[in-house]
Amino acid sequence: MLKELVARCKLGYGTIPFPAKEPILPDRYRGCPVVDTARCPGQCRVCAEVCPTSAVKVSADGLHLDLGRCLFCGECETACPVNAIRFSREYRMAARRRQDMVLPGTGTGTARSLDARMKRLLGRALRLRQVSAGGCNACEADTNVLTTVVFDLGRFGIQFVASPRHADGILVTGPVTENMKPALIKTYEAVPAPKIVIAVGACAIAGGPYAGHKEVHDGVEGILPVDLYIPGCPPHPIVILDGLLRLLGRIGK
Amino acid sequence: MESKRFLRAYNSCPVGLRDIPLVSTAEFRETVVRSVADGARLAALFGRPHGPNTLRLLAVLARSREGALFIVETEVSDCYPSLTVDCPQAHWFEREMAEQWGVRPLGHPWLKPIRFHYSYRPGYDAWARSATEAIQPSVTDFFQVAGEEVHDVAVGPVHAGIIEPGHFRFQCHGENVYHLEISLGYQHRGVERAMLGGPTSRSAHYMETLAGDTSVGHMTAYCQAIEALQGCIVPARAYALRAVALEIERLANHTGDLGALAGDVGYLPTAAHCGRLRGDFLNLTALLCGNRFGRGLVRPGGVVFDLDADQAKLLLEKIGRIYNNVTTAVDLLWKTPSVVGRFEKTGRVLRQTCEDLGLVGPAARACGLERDVRYEFPSGIYALSHIPIALGETGDVFARAYVRWLEIQRSVAFIQKQMEMLPGGPIRAATGELPPERLVVSLTEGWRGEICHVAVTDVEGRFAHYKVVDPSFHNWMGLAMALRDQQISDFPLCNKSFNLSYCGHDL
Repeated sequence: MLKELVARCKLGYGTIPFPAKEPILPDRYRGCPVVDTARCPGQCRVCAEVCPTSAVKVSADGLHLDLGRCLFCGECETACPVNAIRFSREYRMAARRRQDMVLPGTGTGTARSLDARMKRLLGRALRLRQVSAGGCNACEADTNVLTTVVFDLGRFGIQFVASPRHADGILVTGPVTENMKPALIKTYEAVPAPKIVIAVGACAIAGGPYAGHKEVHDGVEGILPVDLYIPGCPPHPIVILDGLLRLLGRIGK
Repeated sequence: MESKRFLRAYNSCPVGLRDIPLVSTAEFRETVVRSVADGARLAALFGRPHGPNTLRLLAVLARSREGALFIVETEVSDCYPSLTVDCPQAHWFEREMAEQWGVRPLGHPWLKPIRFHYSYRPGYDAWARSATEAIQPSVTDFFQVAGEEVHDVAVGPVHAGIIEPGHFRFQCHGENVYHLEISLGYQHRGVERAMLGGPTSRSAHYMETLAGDTSVGHMTAYCQAIEALQGCIVPARAYALRAVALEIERLANHTGDLGALAGDVGYLPTAAHCGRLRGDFLNLTALLCGNRFGRGLVRPGGVVFDLDADQAKLLLEKIGRIYNNVTTAVDLLWKTPSVVGRFEKTGRVLRQTCEDLGLVGPAARACGLERDVRYEFPSGIYALSHIPIALGETGDVFARAYVRWLEIQRSVAFIQKQMEMLPGGPIRAATGELPPERLVVSLTEGWRGEICHVAVTDVEGRFAHYKVVDPSFHNWMGLAMALRDQQISDFPLCNKSFNLSYCGHDL
């Protein structure tokens, strides 16, 4: 027992003070893109051409970036000759409605909390069943990391559980492969109502790099009703945590 | 090895497609079986369509004694004599070919789908299913054990924790497991097929998400293939930075695995500390490129982000600090007799089994086999700067855990050395078009083991075939063997000691 205590003293206290304090993100972190339509002359379309997932579109009504499809690869930022798209360090990116994820817009980052009834039911103790439906294990890993001492999800009353019967909702990653669709639906059905669905990562929101493949269903959309979208490839754990806390009304209004 | 039967090749050295010897099916079988018996390893075996009704089967054999690869092809239509009976390494490759191309390996002892999808050759199906018949995952014949009190335990595809989906069937007698059958395919996203006609703007993203925890590993293998085909000279600084990122990827995953192994035997101090320290390593990758998994760092021609002197200093400082903490956390394991007692003799894979199945990576090294691409088939900076192979002996959970710990120590020393003598100059070279009708085998030692990519170009220099062999493809059968004659409650521990990829297997 003594050696464990010595190790504990050496290694110290690891939990971060988020959300009380702003998180420390890497210098090169690519957060929410900023789309400056005023700068875009609207003719070159080079950003749309380099985008691997057609997240960037230039049409008659200007330049748009769909955060739900974005892989945060930064190709558009590098290609744009006039700096109309640049990646900020903003980690507040979760949205409640799919249409709120199209930039420029006002919907992302400030996801509203659940309604009063749901917040009363789930706000103090949220139990989630995670379903990996074709995810590459990056979204899964950065969701899993929330349960470590660093983020300590338990302190917010949020917990990942083994059985859907014990859950209040599911957190889905991956583009929903044809082979996982039945298991995803069965898992959802096994969760007692009222229940919520959270889509984490570009794949779960719109198929990610696999959008359009006949082996996948381009995300959860159209299969289950989604209550929270968390963009990224994969989203930084802080982005996921921020989204979950906003959903429960722990951050923001 | 007889030269006329094989084309000799090397890691990331392209060959002409027409130079590959085309032999009769009987000769192909005999050649592959004989060379494997003689110490070669089947790195890849796949089918590629050639004409309307014919299929070329291509084998890549790796011979570490010579650091060389040997390639041979044969032509088949709808069936051929199976290799698996005489060469167990071919087991899953043959099942894969049967599923993809509807070609039947006659006499295969265990012919079943592995990813559960329709055949890519219309009109050909190894199980004579019609095109309208629904294919449901894991709906197939499972291995049966009969007898009084014998029962099956079926788990998944959705497991208890936050992990990828797979279906496991334990054939048990009480608590004792006779055999574990593993049925995957739930993560199948059609990557190999989507690569055809490429490279496209998505190719790099497919590679980085083949197995998300091996983004740098798979991306490095892909880039090596592209660069070799083009004859592109990658700057030394880029090679060094790639290797640093690859070793950090190994550090993060090995640290996480040691923590998870501790958790699986109920020893929470190491589990809690290592969970955090794994994240610290991921943050080092983010220091290199902004993404914790190394997305967007490695690209054909080199790397996208450079390190200035201050960042290099910061990286060195941080890695030293994290390593000290990992040492403190992991030492607890080896000094706790109840942990060591649970690790030892659990999930043992015999050295002979390991050789027969062609296991790779830490799972093979834990059985005492010197299998490490960085040493046997070095490329990039590994050709100039060596990293000692970490070996175990006993082939049990303990050995697989201890090999990881040894590798952590060696990877840290390697990174420190690379950072201290980081070559100057540019970080990326220009890349161009791919040449027509060439084939290249690209090997990289990812943290799970050998990553093998084989790229074939058509007459226009586009991908006519792209084969990915994740180390998990070789090793899943190893996990099944490790479970034989174990308690079913040992499964989480055995599983974590391999920590194989589902999506890397399912593609």
